Amino acid sequence: MTVSAPPIEIEDLHKSFGELEVLRGVDLSVTTGEVICIIGPSGSGKSTLLRCVNLLEVPSAGRVLIEGYDITDPETDVDEVRAKIGMVFQQFNLFPHLTVLKNLTIAQRKVLGRATDEAISVAEAMLSRVGLADKRDEYPIRLSGGQQQRVAIARSLCMNPDMMLFDEPTSALDPELIDEVLDVMRALADEGMTMLIVTHEMRFAKQVADRVLFIDEGVIQEQGPPSDVLENPKNERTRRFLRAVEH
Amino acid sequence: MRRAEIRRRVIYVATIILLVVLAFTIDWQQLQQSFFQPDIIKAMFPDVILIGAKNTIIYTTLAFSFGLVLALFLALMKRSTIGPYRWFATGYIELFRGLPALITIILVAFGLPLALGIRIPGGTLGKGTLGLGLVAGAYMAETIRAGIEAVPRGQMEAARSLGMPKSTAMTYIILPQAFRIIIPPLTNELVLLIKDTSLLFVIGTTPLSKELTKFARDFMTSTQNATPLTVVAFMYLLITLPMTFLVQRLERKAGKGR
Repeated sequence: MTVSAPPIEIEDLHKSFGELEVLRGVDLSVTTGEVICIIGPSGSGKSTLLRCVNLLEVPSAGRVLIEGYDITDPETDVDEVRAKIGMVFQQFNLFPHLTVLKNLTIAQRKVLGRATDEAISVAEAMLSRVGLADKRDEYPIRLSGGQQQRVAIARSLCMNPDMMLFDEPTSALDPELIDEVLDVMRALADEGMTMLIVTHEMRFAKQVADRVLFIDEGVIQEQGPPSDVLENPKNERTRRFLRAVEH
Repeated sequence: MRRAEIRRRVIYVATIILLVVLAFTIDWQQLQQSFFQPDIIKAMFPDVILIGAKNTIIYTTLAFSFGLVLALFLALMKRSTIGPYRWFATGYIELFRGLPALITIILVAFGLPLALGIRIPGGTLGKGTLGLGLVAGAYMAETIRAGIEAVPRGQMEAARSLGMPKSTAMTYIILPQAFRIIIPPLTNELVLLIKDTSLLFVIGTTPLSKELTKFARDFMTSTQNATPLTVVAFMYLLITLPMTFLVQRLERKAGKGR
């Protein structure tokens, strides 16, 4: 591994589902500590792009390099790479048959081979970080959506990821629960975590993103600092999209 | 509304009349003679429990355990990305679900030794539970597969994105949830299996390896009376009814929890 390799490098990424071409050539280089918000209309391919980064979707063509490793190469140990990439889903996807604490320790023990004691102390630290230390023995179903999503973030953090992917992390939440999740993400960004966030929260993107990507019809239509893309969009599609979401 | 009420009352009255007529026409003496002879009932105990019920439970337990393990492998094979695994599982499941269980049992007990010279050791215990387990495995494989598919896709994705290999995710994340979902149908399979042990009489058993049905049939032959049937019918109900209630409770609980 070269030390200077960027955390995520995407070259000419294509992805088709049968006849439907969702991504039509995406290039992207993410630098360490960068926070990128991906916006765009539904069905534009933004979630697919994110899911290609940790190979939940297998690209049809192009390359994805994580810290210099080509994960589209069949020789690469995908599980090892995935453990370095935290992923947070729209539907939280906590394991409902396990307590909060076990949700946080199971992958530490089975993937990283940590001893139970160590896994528990890491889990407890991450739970306090998202403000849910008192929920360690609850089952996910007993938590609110916002709490579940914070547990999901803590679960990813337990693996000491080098970068985090967020796939519409607040889209399934009641409006009053959105901020508690965004606050946790903001704190992560401030600590220098490399983050790729698919979101509809424009205010959050404005405040937190280093770079905003506008994706439509499977390509990056426009990108740049939020002050450019969100406030002075050059592309007509971006303008139309932003006008639509503001109402 | 009123017509429905009238119809309801007519049915109640008709039922009562039918019962009264039956009560007067049935030869109660005859009925008691054939089905409830106290001497025969007494003679059947304690062996009906110590041999019959005991063996029924042992055969059921073994066949169920073997079937469950087999079914788990078949279910995973049926979902495999490797073609031959899938084909084998599909062929196996369709074959053993399509054949009468009795045929499978006879094949295992008599067909295998004749055709291939393979002798299954363990008498009724070995042959019987193998035959029953082969059939039960085919049915339960489909149940387990349905359970796995009922677990939301996001669970596998979350597990994989934490770096878990597929087998680890299956073992610790998917299967525990799948089994929770299928406890009611699996208990149903168990009840069916309890009753299917009655087919094992075809193997021909030694006095100590009789299960309930064989036990009753032999008793019927020696007494020329149907009372043994009544007794084992109660024994079967004694075993199966609690399980059926258990299934109902579990189903109600599952309906509430999810």
